[in-house]
Amino acid sequence: MRRALRHPSFVIGGVLTLLLLGAAALSLVWTPWSPYEMNLPGKLQPPSASHWLGTDPFGRDVASLLLVGARNSILVGVIAVGIGLGIGGALGLLAAARRGWVEELIMRLADFTFAFPAILSAIMMTAVFGAGIVNSIIAIGIFNIPTFARVTRASANAIGSRDFILAARACGKGPWRITIEHVLPNIASVLIVQATIQFAIAILAEAALSYLGLGTQPPQPSWGRMLSEAQTLLFQSPMLAVYPGVAIALAVLGLNLLGDGLRDLLDPRLTRKR
Amino acid sequence: MRNTTPLLEATDLRLRLHTHAGTVDAVRGVNLSLRRGETLGLVGESGCGKSLTAMTLMGLHPEGATVSGSLRFHGEEMIGQSEARWCALRGDRIGMVFQEPMSALNPVHTVGHQVAEPLRLHRGLTAAAARKEAVALLDRVGIADAARRFDAWPHQFSGGQRQRITIAMALACSPDLLIADEPTTALDVTIAGQILQLIRDLVRERDMGLILISHDLGVIAQNVSHMMVMYGGMVVESGPTREVFSRRAHPYTQGLFGSRPQLGPQAHTGSGARARLAAIPGNVPELRNMPAGCPFADRCVVSLPACQGEMPPLIQLGQDHCARCVLLESAG
Repeated sequence: MRRALRHPSFVIGGVLTLLLLGAAALSLVWTPWSPYEMNLPGKLQPPSASHWLGTDPFGRDVASLLLVGARNSILVGVIAVGIGLGIGGALGLLAAARRGWVEELIMRLADFTFAFPAILSAIMMTAVFGAGIVNSIIAIGIFNIPTFARVTRASANAIGSRDFILAARACGKGPWRITIEHVLPNIASVLIVQATIQFAIAILAEAALSYLGLGTQPPQPSWGRMLSEAQTLLFQSPMLAVYPGVAIALAVLGLNLLGDGLRDLLDPRLTRKR
Repeated sequence: MRNTTPLLEATDLRLRLHTHAGTVDAVRGVNLSLRRGETLGLVGESGCGKSLTAMTLMGLHPEGATVSGSLRFHGEEMIGQSEARWCALRGDRIGMVFQEPMSALNPVHTVGHQVAEPLRLHRGLTAAAARKEAVALLDRVGIADAARRFDAWPHQFSGGQRQRITIAMALACSPDLLIADEPTTALDVTIAGQILQLIRDLVRERDMGLILISHDLGVIAQNVSHMMVMYGGMVVESGPTREVFSRRAHPYTQGLFGSRPQLGPQAHTGSGARARLAAIPGNVPELRNMPAGCPFADRCVVSLPACQGEMPPLIQLGQDHCARCVLLESAG
């Protein structure tokens, strides 16, 4: 634990991620103004004591929009990573445990999914099933599946060739028991790190989809949509684009740093010296 | 009198591996029979098939390999048995100890958990009962303060201690047969001696069968009553350890004995210069291009033209002692 607090990228990443989570949690109970309340006479105000970051072209409070937008980003990240980790992880473990044609089939399907640019496929999906937050979360989640399947299979195979797996088999444990009790705990650190990275990618993807108008629909606040709305006013009020841009950048940076730090801290070669 | 059914009986046991480079016969017709309380050593150099033989005896041979012949455990034919049946035997009736104690324990589970696991799996013990049993086991294999160290992690133990823990794991359900695959190769000499002493004591105390695999003739001499010398996937000589050691019938056995480093007067030549360590010339033939005749023919100092053509017959030399060499045909 003390080692964790001395690890710079873990600490910075952790603080930024906590900020993101804190903002989202805060928005559930309190925001300075209602993010849905429009006030056209008071539009495009500069930052002031009552509107900390000013107001947008509809007179909504930017600070409140950012707080609620954080909630939106986390919702997308958690569900999309959950879909990817749950299904992709299970497929990866299945591939590593069964080998043979099962492994071939799963991995070729993963390759197939990978062959499409993720954002293009997400656009295609939202075009077919309709734009909206739910569809974009599902689209992002589906594109997390092959990533997790590959990472899980590769690390499970690496663990599978270790002596203690053979020793566990020599104790009479079946393949499923070995997968759950011996392989999974040993690859958990890899999956946690991958999850933080995919979380950041999911936030970016949701911002991109919302920016294109395919993700979160108005009036639900989203950082990506704030960016696209600010675009037309880039010369009158450039700060309107900067705030959500910085929020996205900090959230992604924080999660990536956290992932880096976790990778170092969870590395079994280092934990030995605990 | 002992039960007349052997604990383990293998007849013409063969293992064929299917690799990218073609099929390979890694174990070629091994026969063995072991009763409770008997000890058998498998000796040979790297790549001679002794470890693969052990794996085949455990049903842990590589996936996709073909096993043929007969392998009976307590009279029950195990070739072609389901994986579930094997799982029920492994760790319960047959235990195995591996070469590398440093990697044979899972780093993410406590040692106590790993020793208790077979008890819960095969005996269905509750966590508390398994813990009690596991502490007793750890204590028996010589882990000091076992009750407290039950919850320690593998990395907190030394190599010798970890090997004691893997022995406790293998013996948790008091198996009838223990297979030890080079259990002391990775340990230093003093620790190796203690570990072998422990295995010897446990085998005697629990009246188990022991199959000990080693490339070290000294280890074989001290620990087993019968031995098999393996070369190229086959048994070239087998018999009571004492007889094999005194007679050394097969040229490969002679070469193996000749390549032991020795101290003392016989290690010096008359001129006082130290003799070079004798070695068997050449390398083990690749399993892929195993000769049709005697696998050792190319390296054998007394090889005859007849050795190349066909497999030499197994010659009976004593009651239990036999070797596979044409030279013995006239002598036998």
